[in-house]
Amino acid sequence: MKEISELQLPEDVRYAEDHEWAKSQGDVLRVGISDYAQDQLGDIVFVELPQAGDRLKKGDEFGTVESVKAVSELFMPVSGEITAVNGALEDAPELVNTAPYSDGWMIDVKPDDPSELDALMDRDAYLDMLKGSEQ
Amino acid sequence: MNDTVGTNGLIFNEPLLWEKGAPGRTGFSMPRRDVEPAALDETLAGDGPDFPDLSEVDVVRHYVRLSQWNFSVDSGMYPLGSCTMKYNPKTNERQASLPGFTGAHPLLPEELAQGALQLMFELQEYLARITGMDAVSLQPAAGAHGELTGMLILHAHHAKQGRPRSKILIPDTAHGTNPASASLCGFHSVAIRSNEKGVLDPAVVAEAMDEDTAGIMVTNPNTLGLFEENIREVAEIVHGKGGLVYADGANMNAVMGVVNMADSGVDVLHLNLHKTFSTPHGGGGPGAGPVCVTRELEPYLPIPRVALGEDGRYRFSEDHPDSVGKMHAFHGNFGILVRAYSYIRSMGGHLKKASQLAVLNANYIKEKLKGTYHLPYDRPCMHECVFTDKNQQAHKISTLDIAKRLMEYGFHPPTIYFPLVVHGAIMIEPTETECKADVDRFVEAMKAIAEEARTQPDLLTEAPRIPKVRRLDEVTAARKPCLSG
Amino acid sequence: MRYLPHTEQEIAEMLQAVGAEHLNDLFSTIPDSCCTLQQLDLPDPLTEWELNEHMSGLAASMAVAPEAKVFLGAGSYDHYTPAAAVQLLSRGEFVTAYTPYQPEVSQGTLQAIYEYQTLVTRLLGMDVANASMYDGASALAEALLMAVRVTRRKKVAVSEAVHPLYRRVVNTYFHPTEFEVVEVPYGKDGRTDLSRIGSLEEMAAVAVQSPNFFGCIEDLQAVSERVHTDAKTLFIVGFTEPLAYGLLKSPGGHGADIACGEGQSLGIPRSFGGPGLGMFAAKMTYVRQMPGRLIGQTMDKDGRRAFVLTLATREQHIRREKATSNICSNQGLCATASAIYMASLGGTGIRGLARLNYDKAEYLKTAFHDAGLAVAFGSPTFNEFVIRFPEGSEQTYRRLLEKNIVAGLPLVRYYPNLKDHYLLCVTETASKEDMDTLVREVAS
Repeated sequence: MKEISELQLPEDVRYAEDHEWAKSQGDVLRVGISDYAQDQLGDIVFVELPQAGDRLKKGDEFGTVESVKAVSELFMPVSGEITAVNGALEDAPELVNTAPYSDGWMIDVKPDDPSELDALMDRDAYLDMLKGSEQ
Repeated sequence: MNDTVGTNGLIFNEPLLWEKGAPGRTGFSMPRRDVEPAALDETLAGDGPDFPDLSEVDVVRHYVRLSQWNFSVDSGMYPLGSCTMKYNPKTNERQASLPGFTGAHPLLPEELAQGALQLMFELQEYLARITGMDAVSLQPAAGAHGELTGMLILHAHHAKQGRPRSKILIPDTAHGTNPASASLCGFHSVAIRSNEKGVLDPAVVAEAMDEDTAGIMVTNPNTLGLFEENIREVAEIVHGKGGLVYADGANMNAVMGVVNMADSGVDVLHLNLHKTFSTPHGGGGPGAGPVCVTRELEPYLPIPRVALGEDGRYRFSEDHPDSVGKMHAFHGNFGILVRAYSYIRSMGGHLKKASQLAVLNANYIKEKLKGTYHLPYDRPCMHECVFTDKNQQAHKISTLDIAKRLMEYGFHPPTIYFPLVVHGAIMIEPTETECKADVDRFVEAMKAIAEEARTQPDLLTEAPRIPKVRRLDEVTAARKPCLSG
Repeated sequence: MRYLPHTEQEIAEMLQAVGAEHLNDLFSTIPDSCCTLQQLDLPDPLTEWELNEHMSGLAASMAVAPEAKVFLGAGSYDHYTPAAAVQLLSRGEFVTAYTPYQPEVSQGTLQAIYEYQTLVTRLLGMDVANASMYDGASALAEALLMAVRVTRRKKVAVSEAVHPLYRRVVNTYFHPTEFEVVEVPYGKDGRTDLSRIGSLEEMAAVAVQSPNFFGCIEDLQAVSERVHTDAKTLFIVGFTEPLAYGLLKSPGGHGADIACGEGQSLGIPRSFGGPGLGMFAAKMTYVRQMPGRLIGQTMDKDGRRAFVLTLATREQHIRREKATSNICSNQGLCATASAIYMASLGGTGIRGLARLNYDKAEYLKTAFHDAGLAVAFGSPTFNEFVIRFPEGSEQTYRRLLEKNIVAGLPLVRYYPNLKDHYLLCVTETASKEDMDTLVREVAS
């Protein structure tokens, strides 16, 4: 597993406590999981995602990500409607490992309240959180 | 490595069944036909399955070769925590194979099945006495099936009180079947943290327990190999709010003739005949998971019940209106019940000695290895003890590597990465059927491996090399499942 | 005692090593209030000789072939298992092996069960089969729960011609849930009455059994078409006699979404009803919702083909309360037994054996008919069928029991309207002579 200093933590996304990231793309937010999360999970074998059109609240489970020996739930960083789902993950779940912030994206959400994005952590706050939990 | 239990040897490759054979071969002697072929509606007929045609020689070689790739209790020691891989007595096999048992139809009129009914009745009686409980059902086909039965009993009890409850308390050390069984009954699992001594803390239970909680599922001894010393207080707290105590009896091998489960506050308990009572594991089953209850909960047991009439005849009784219903198409895994019965008839009171020796073996291993491997709970253990890979992590060696290397020494690895509350857990349960010499060899092997972790870690990370195959690509197996050929 | 190898000397040494004086000291962490002070109240241990005698005595009281002629099916069938299969299955490497969680030392079990899974898919005409469930009844219950998960609907329909004991198990499983089981009656022809299926809009699944409890072969084509008029409802085909698929068109061939049932016929002794073998197969799209263990093919790090438990995240040890089922063990040894049996029988053999079963049953059915007894249902049957005995059948039945002949299963306790109706089964183990005797005795 990577050391914290080796993790990729881009500045242009916001981070949730349970390791999802969200990035503004026009009027939708693109959501995925952070490099820390994919590194902890190990080789990802399956990603279960909702359907476009589903409406979920912040904190709701929107899917799961599986490695061989573990399953993790994915939680909505904001409330909103799912507008798109990354179909490439069905045949290539490993994209979440190799490109967690680009080709490994998971869902696009039209947020009910765009300001909810600000409630998420910026890169430095997330990094502090990771360092804190290391103790 | 010359003195180790495990060694190399010539075994055989063997293809898949459909990669062998030739059309027209057979391994079956067809009975002589003494009736004429009858007319058949051709619209119903199919082509029959695409099975390979194999000779008897093909079949025998195939399975003999496959058998040689397996580790088994008959070949060596399986110190698997919470599995109780004790020796499977061969006389049990002889009894279960008696034609009077194997050829018996489950729906025979009762007067033609007295032997089976008597066996079941007596086995119920023995299990009740061993656990201290009052009534038993032999119907559940496995431990998890017994757990489901237990959850249904809790559900039925609360429904009968007129107050259905929605939650179940489950310790964080519980086996995965516990919350899964609870869910099947519509219960929501509430996790209960064990304390720093590795046991349930009454204060924590008291905080979680309320009148919407159906009860608690405990395993005693727990999966850390420790006796839940606060069990009576925990039971009182749960009972105090109208809840029931369910015990997962997977670890019963530690306490036969020592603990009275009913006295400890348990209301419902399941047993694993394929663990404590020596029936074989069969590569993953069949097992049996009888359920034992207090007199108060007896009305809820699955039907039919096995009863003894005043006329001295055994019979099935369906007249139990509060029963949770039927769990199995027939009466449970009778063939497994025969084996457990034989075991109990062969052991009698020696079952207590079995528990004592199982606990002795585990404590001995704990003492011998505690300098070498990290022991998270340095207290007297029951029939199993839990170590971790913490000392070896310093050399970038994990529990998995230790397990894979241990195979080459001729031992099946212990249970690894369970319970989940211990990081890198190595759970060791030797059972009482391993003699001191074999236990000593196991200890030596574990010490040798710890030394290799320091000085030659490649031996671990590259292990295993001797068995039929090396480490497998489980990732591709899950990403691109290929589940049939 | 031959299973307790420790000598007194060894016990003393080990006690010293752990710092205890007596074996009882090892239990010092157990509060007195939980301890039992008495000796275990069990009969004295029996020697191997005594045990043999005792067990032989119990077994001798059972009515089994060849002394008894037992014409019973109803979910448990008398088929002959070749000596080679019996011998192979007794090998300690199969019997005493553990679940194959450490695949490097369990390839025997893993390949054997992978082969079992494959043979089951071929027998039932389905895409994927699991490593087995406890029995046909729990397999059906789990299939219905799976349909509920897949469709997110809350109702399931089960034919009344499905084995009555299976339906009781289904009801037990469904009782604590919010889901409903609706029963579909059977018609005069002994088959499920499709006109009584009702609206499919809220149905997660429709389940029929074929051959059904009365031995009648259901019109699976018609059921399939009816059920699939709704895009979501799953079509479940159950069975208790899988040998039938050596002759009949498979559930998969009729578009079944799930096929599940009892595999005991294929190489597993009846053993008073257990252990059995819950066969379970489905379409590949549903694989992640399937309960039970699954074995898949993969490679080891040197590129050798190998087998491993896979898709384990569906199961209880990982998914815990969100698992597809709580099932932990499968019926591993029984699955191995049935694979050995299917391998011995082969494709040609299973077709021949199934045909023989069918012909024997047709012979008996015709013999009854010619002797003036009514065959209850007009639909084609496989190796079981229902005969209506003349009135006062209980006495006839008793009289035959005294001659050690069990003339079928009286149905009245399962279907109150079927008084004097008996479910009779013949397999390849029944001789023409036995069948002639039976007819003669019943008709007299």
